[in-house]
Amino acid sequence: MSVEILMPALSPTMEEGTLAKWHVKEGDEVKSGDVIAEIETDKATMEVEAVDEGRIGKLLVAEGTEGVAVNKPIAILLEEGESATDVKAPEKTKTPERPKSVEKVAAPESPKAETKKEQKSAPSEPANGKGERVFASPLARRIAAQQGIDLAAVAGSGPRGRIVKADLEGAPKGMPEKEVASAAATAPLPGIDPRAFYEQGTYEEVPLDGMRKTIARRLTQSMQEIPHFYLTIDCELDELLVARKKLNEEAGEGVKLSVNDFLIRAAALALMKVPDANVSFAGNALLKHKSADIGIAVALDGGLITPIVRSAEKKGLAEISEEAKSLAARARDKKLKPSEYEGGSFSISNLGMFGIKHFTGVINPPQAAILAVGKGEERPVVKNGKLEIANVMTVTMSCDHRAIDGALGARFLEAFKAYVEYPARMLM
Amino acid sequence: MAGQYDVVVIGSGPGGYVAAIRASQLGLKAAVVERDALGGICLNWGCIPTKALLRSAEIYETLHRLDEYGLKAEKVSFDAEAVVTRSRNVAAQLSNGVKFLMKKNKIDVVEGTGRLAGEGKVAVETKDGKTSEIAAKNIILATGARARVLPGLEPDGKTIWTYREAMVPKAIPKSLIVIGSGAIGIEFASFYRAFGAEVTVVEVLDRILPVEDEEISKEAARAFKKRGIRILTGTKIEKTEVSGNGVKMTVTVGGKSETLEAEKVISAVGIVGNVENIGLEKAGVKVEKTHVVVNEWLETGVKGIYAIGDLAGPPWLAHKASHEGILAVERIAGVKGLHAIDPRRIPGCTYSTPQVASIGLTEAKAKERGYEVKVGRFPFRANGKAIALGETEGFVKTVFDAKTGELLGAHMIGAEVTELIQGYGVAMTLESTEAELMQAVFPHPTLSEMMGEAVLDAYGRVLHT
Repeated sequence: MSVEILMPALSPTMEEGTLAKWHVKEGDEVKSGDVIAEIETDKATMEVEAVDEGRIGKLLVAEGTEGVAVNKPIAILLEEGESATDVKAPEKTKTPERPKSVEKVAAPESPKAETKKEQKSAPSEPANGKGERVFASPLARRIAAQQGIDLAAVAGSGPRGRIVKADLEGAPKGMPEKEVASAAATAPLPGIDPRAFYEQGTYEEVPLDGMRKTIARRLTQSMQEIPHFYLTIDCELDELLVARKKLNEEAGEGVKLSVNDFLIRAAALALMKVPDANVSFAGNALLKHKSADIGIAVALDGGLITPIVRSAEKKGLAEISEEAKSLAARARDKKLKPSEYEGGSFSISNLGMFGIKHFTGVINPPQAAILAVGKGEERPVVKNGKLEIANVMTVTMSCDHRAIDGALGARFLEAFKAYVEYPARMLM
Repeated sequence: MAGQYDVVVIGSGPGGYVAAIRASQLGLKAAVVERDALGGICLNWGCIPTKALLRSAEIYETLHRLDEYGLKAEKVSFDAEAVVTRSRNVAAQLSNGVKFLMKKNKIDVVEGTGRLAGEGKVAVETKDGKTSEIAAKNIILATGARARVLPGLEPDGKTIWTYREAMVPKAIPKSLIVIGSGAIGIEFASFYRAFGAEVTVVEVLDRILPVEDEEISKEAARAFKKRGIRILTGTKIEKTEVSGNGVKMTVTVGGKSETLEAEKVISAVGIVGNVENIGLEKAGVKVEKTHVVVNEWLETGVKGIYAIGDLAGPPWLAHKASHEGILAVERIAGVKGLHAIDPRRIPGCTYSTPQVASIGLTEAKAKERGYEVKVGRFPFRANGKAIALGETEGFVKTVFDAKTGELLGAHMIGAEVTELIQGYGVAMTLESTEAELMQAVFPHPTLSEMMGEAVLDAYGRVLHT
């Protein structure tokens, strides 16, 4: 009996996806576990494995087809003795049962996926926006990792465009994160087509990819449905910077804590201290989260994603640092599992490395708050009637007023500021 | 020589002739102008003939410790004339090789002294005084350098020698003073000492091989003293008197005056660029001290005029000149994606016994530049192959940037280290960190294993000490 291979749902929220690439052609023999296709979802590219053994009878969806609905048949698998002529035209619709012949392949670090020959590049190798391997010298890779430089954004000057150390000079440093707020609506304002305002040929029209569509849809929804309000506070960083320097000096090879790592931990501990702020608005209820799952906004080529450090309150700085680095790297490779970026209770977006002093973020539902972090810089401060210089950073929390009121948000920020300004408290 | 050349190179040393070959490879019509022998100083009066001499010295020295290897030889002796003849034959063979390469690459060789003669023109004066002109879209100056002369110590070709006379001695002098302890001075000191001369090295700075890592200088001084070379550092020459049978030299060492006597003196106090009589001033090419000023692409600032090699300043190394020649030509040809030469990735070698080789920053220089360093060392006496060879003198030292794992420098002294240093050179060019160097498998038993061990040592993981 021939078996229909159905478009898999790679995450709970996935409704449709792009069939990015076929790894098989009609007539190919496949075994259980062979990668047969790559599906691009709104946030990630995933490989689809065959579960059954057989021969590919027919590919029903062409490579590159966008908006393929979950559970729609994408190919026919023939069993032994069957020929392509036995294949009947597939039924148009299917009930949304779990697809039978495919299983989703987890992220590349699962040992099963690593043995696949399709897995050409090592997971540690960053890819550019097109998913191609980025060539960089070992030294350039290490410096980029230490300074949070996105190698995919660096032009290489070495042989065949290889990125060398010298190419990193002047590259934007710091974990390249971008603000969520820049999204456009899924559709332009009713009745207004922007194309009408510009002469043909004066612009290049770039169709939205899956990620951009998702950003546009979800953030429009967020701004329209969530009553945002904003709280701004200044935090002095001097003690944190001293602690960071000391810890980095004492730390072993490969550990380099960023200011952001401290902020993740401070936010997690502050959420534990003010648990009412660790919530999601669920229509008829508030979901009070038991752990602090902190999203960190990571800029990608042509978009952004917010992978999540789970239970950050239970993790030490080194662990947070390592996890954040790994998540950011895999986000850039488009290799995150949906479970690594869905959910969460709070997000941090840091634009300090771009010199931004103050900004506001758009809440990333189902979360109820996002913290927008500006640049830490020397500023004059008045202490006991005297003018002094301190390293100060301005942070702004966007709150979902349905779940967090002004005083509650303020209490959270008070706790956050206390951890940031007296980082030794994070040890208690 | 009709028509116009794309590239005319003045000087056919390792910078000039390599530039011409590269030009030919890139489809450019090229010529070299040479007033003397093809191959320049390097092939005829430098790198190559001295290596031939030092090979004789090395074998001769080994002959004196044959018993260590269970071998016997009687009446071991040498023929200075034959040693020199062999060296000259080696040089001649290689000069002929360059001639062949020029022919093979269809490069015109113009005999005579070349100089700039207005935009796009090179004048060539032959030995008989005739001058002709050749047209060139681009001119690469590669006239090289000559020995620097200290006032009061002017070479006379008889008692006070430069490298040139020192390379063709009629006999080995009984006693010799070598002024200057850079690579050239140390190589001659090593050569003449091996053949029995009483050698004194006079160095004005506080250590010999002053560009090397301090630990290397110290080990080298120890090894040379052991071989009977007298080393005077921090020493100033006050007066030199030449008489019929030699030289009397008054020097001050540590505030005390001393008189040295010797049959010959070799002056090896550096070199100066051949900037004279090549029309630089008129062309508007800028000269600083004794070298032509160029940017990282070897451009002089005057359109179409490039300068490479010793003429373009230190380090005075043949391989640096060759690379500059290639870069200048590729620049001319508009090759994409060129990289300027990183002086920190140019290795330097001294072929004394023991040999010295290094690349990159010394430990002191690295610290001076603000690096926090990790330093590794591994001695020859702990390496199996070195023990089997009976060459247990020396060590390998590595300097890493503690923060990034970048190999900042490597320094070696001992047998065959001049053949080993390129391993670190390749690693540095590929921008390997300590991790890749630790992954590299070094064959056993070889001296190269010390290179792996010196990396491990920098990270507290050395295996065999």
